[in-house]
Amino acid sequence: MSGTEFVPLSLTPLLIGIFSAVACALPGNFLVLRRQALIGDAISHVVLPGIVVAFLVTGVVAAAPMLLGAAAAAVLSVAMIEAIRRLGGIEPGAAMGLTFTTLFAAGVLLLEQSDTSGVHLDVEHALYGNLESLIWLDAIGWQSLVDPSALAELPVELFRVSMALIGVCAFLWVFWRPLVLSTFDEGFARTLGLRTGSVGLALVIVAAVAAVAAFDAVGSIIVIAMFICPPAAARLMTNRLNIQLGWSVVFAVLSAVLGYVFAGFGPLWFGFDNAVSAAGMIATVSGVILGLAALFGPCRKRLGAPAI
Amino acid sequence: MSLELAANDGVIPTEHALAQSPLALRGMTVSYGQTPVVFSVDMTVTEGAMTAIIGPNGAGKSTLLKAALGIVTPLAGQVSVFGRPLASERHRIAYVPQRASVDWDFPTRVIDVVLMGLYRELGLLRRIRGQHRAKAMACLERVGMVDFADRQIGQLSGGQQQRVFLARALAQEADLYLLDEPFAGVDAATEKAIIDVLKSLKQDGKTIVAVHHDLATVADYFDRVFLINTRKIAEGTVAEAFTPENLDRTYGGRLATGQIDQLDLVAV
Amino acid sequence: MLWDALTLQLGYNATLVTIGAALLGVSAGVTGTFLYLRKRALVSDAISHATLPGVALAFIVMVALGADGRSLPGLLLGAAVSSWIGLLCVNWLTARTRLAEDAAIGAVLSVFFGFGIVLLTVIQTMTAGRAAGLEGFLLGSTAGMLFNDAVVIAVGGAVTLALVVALRRPMGLVAFDPEFAAASGVNVRRIDLAIMGLALAVTVVGLKVVGLVLIVAMLIIPPVTARFWTDRTDKMAVISGACGGAAAWIGAAISATAPSLPTGPIIVLTSFALFLLSLLLAPNRGLLAVGMRHRRFQRRVHMRQGLLALAQGQPIFERFTLTLLRRAGLAHADGVATEDGKARAAKALRDETRWQVVRADQAFESAAALYDGLRDIETVLTNDQIDEIDRRIGNPKGVAT
Repeated sequence: MSGTEFVPLSLTPLLIGIFSAVACALPGNFLVLRRQALIGDAISHVVLPGIVVAFLVTGVVAAAPMLLGAAAAAVLSVAMIEAIRRLGGIEPGAAMGLTFTTLFAAGVLLLEQSDTSGVHLDVEHALYGNLESLIWLDAIGWQSLVDPSALAELPVELFRVSMALIGVCAFLWVFWRPLVLSTFDEGFARTLGLRTGSVGLALVIVAAVAAVAAFDAVGSIIVIAMFICPPAAARLMTNRLNIQLGWSVVFAVLSAVLGYVFAGFGPLWFGFDNAVSAAGMIATVSGVILGLAALFGPCRKRLGAPAI
Repeated sequence: MSLELAANDGVIPTEHALAQSPLALRGMTVSYGQTPVVFSVDMTVTEGAMTAIIGPNGAGKSTLLKAALGIVTPLAGQVSVFGRPLASERHRIAYVPQRASVDWDFPTRVIDVVLMGLYRELGLLRRIRGQHRAKAMACLERVGMVDFADRQIGQLSGGQQQRVFLARALAQEADLYLLDEPFAGVDAATEKAIIDVLKSLKQDGKTIVAVHHDLATVADYFDRVFLINTRKIAEGTVAEAFTPENLDRTYGGRLATGQIDQLDLVAV
Repeated sequence: MLWDALTLQLGYNATLVTIGAALLGVSAGVTGTFLYLRKRALVSDAISHATLPGVALAFIVMVALGADGRSLPGLLLGAAVSSWIGLLCVNWLTARTRLAEDAAIGAVLSVFFGFGIVLLTVIQTMTAGRAAGLEGFLLGSTAGMLFNDAVVIAVGGAVTLALVVALRRPMGLVAFDPEFAAASGVNVRRIDLAIMGLALAVTVVGLKVVGLVLIVAMLIIPPVTARFWTDRTDKMAVISGACGGAAAWIGAAISATAPSLPTGPIIVLTSFALFLLSLLLAPNRGLLAVGMRHRRFQRRVHMRQGLLALAQGQPIFERFTLTLLRRAGLAHADGVATEDGKARAAKALRDETRWQVVRADQAFESAAALYDGLRDIETVLTNDQIDEIDRRIGNPKGVAT
């Protein structure tokens, strides 16, 4: 495909897909190790009510309040899960399920009850985003990458997911040691004076930020799939945490690229003329990768005994 | 049988003794739900000694240690470390948690676990240099685990895992070592290796407190004992406090008389 | 209008759907109890999301065979098959790899759901603009439901409930104490499978009513609500079933009166309201009760510690202890005991000495097990026993009088 077609139509969706996938997969490594994989699931469900409330309060579809609303909903849901778990002595899985279904239900109801028909806000969009539409109309070819006026018209989602990815990387780089310590041996970490509770909360907030930025562009399926599938597959490839993160990035990028390509061009190969959902296909590819890792990964078996 | 209260057994420590003590607990009460696991316990650890915390299962031994370290929050009570609040003296404490408290499938190597003991030195971002690695290797050397430095931790036996945890504590270069069941479920060679390390620490003037469950080895390994069953039962040197009467009170008569006889206790 | 709906006077279809939803709610509540007790509540999330590709594939297959793609039994059969495969994947990943169950659940639910979305977009192309109506399975919709579909839901709800009732004994046994169940000849694996199968049945039948994103709420929220009211498995199942049934009944009725209100979210929020009430007000485990009990408990601990300190002439370190003693008129502000305080302190110390005797004597083993530092000794021993202990103690030393 030539640059004149690829750059305006495929480059930006591809980059947004890749950045979203990596931004979610990186914190996902720690969530999987901490047995909190489903926090990603919970966060991606509660992003919807957050965005709806933000829209109802401000009355406009603007990025900043919606991102804030979604992040606030994520933090609220984590607080709710913790409160229900501790106060009621409820097991964490059930507390999580209770929280995110309730908040999601509230979000759907608000959405149905309020007049959002004029704006681009609906449940289907929330679930599977609209990656294919994030095109760069002002680009005319590779030369546009150095053309300031064309660059100014890049989809704002690209900017947002890039920032989220940078933020995630910075967080992991700075807080790597506290994260590893409190994930591996919380008691020991506390004797060092580390606030393990705050470390855990910070991780969830960072995951929420990544989820919110990605959600806007690609919908919640990719968010859940990328939080869990690439890190889980990477876990089966190595016994070293930093190498595991590397694998998870590789798998995330692979899922995004292959998923996008299959969604866009796969149907053509079978004689259909319409593309299928890119978000759904990216999630599917990540699942295939996980399946292959579970069958053939070099480190797919447990080594040591679990904590009691 | 002595019917005085445990708390009256010893002389109430003077303020001076408290200020000197590496670890002093006052009125420590911890409860899970509505049941106190540790109730109103005072403890004054003697500097430079090896103290065993002894009591039946569920008597609050580990909980006492965790409360002293701030891992669990007590309902009431105060902790002082070398006469100062815990928060300002954390760097003088090293801790060896129970082996079963972590997931040994965690993707990390032996050397990385030992390097965790250098967290205070390394902070968030300082690079790990040759000197840090050398220090970690020296700690592994002391527990006889140098050859395993690059192993994944899940590949170790129980005894080897315990030694790695001890090496991590050594890397902390502390003055007070708190160990939770260091000898639980380890092989004889490991038990010997651990006790040798602890004795050499003692020779360097360090203070050691360990939760211990094997009554038969108390007299060989430790200088002092602290008997607990929710409440403090007794505290003192092995000769003073590790008596059949105190054991009887600690274990509530659940220890068969024969078992106590076998311990070859100092007659009182 | 709402009253009409609640009392089933809103037309034949609405009535059938409401009854079906309520039956389904009861079976979901009961099944959910066993799921919860087996700590597998969120497995239902994987099951429900894994229905989507099955629904879509069933539609495609039926259309390809020239039948009506929207036939509800066909779609539900597809849903059952694909969620069963999803369940197998979760089990396979947890059993065969080092991954924990939460990661396996998350992976299966997102991948199956993602693949389902892919198939939905394929269907959009196939039907070329004509809505297949499959989106209704995401959030549930009962408005404008066909009579046949309403019958399917009512019958499905009744059948699942019958199965739950038939299997309640062995499921309760396994949930309460799996080892005992295994020892008494129950095949635990098979019962676990049955619990999962029932969860799957509830999910599939509920798809059209509640939608696949929210159906898990019917399996999770009622048992959690019931947990606040009882510690017994059988009662928990009954309460949970009642909560589930009530929430579904009310939710379906509200939704029938206002077609713009989707059924699923209404049922979930009704269920959540019941949970919230229980969380706050349940007599034993509710927040109000627990909070008050904790405060009382903390006071007792501090009071007791303070009295013992007074009795032994030790300084009182904690301000809260001193405040409590002072308010009770047992100590002065400087930590010196009043006359009252001295008497109470002596009594506390004497009780403590009595306890020591009790705990050292095997004859009192059952009483000694009750020692927690706070319990009054009079509540576990008779006066005669206490007299006997006092004789052994003699005149206690160390009590400042």
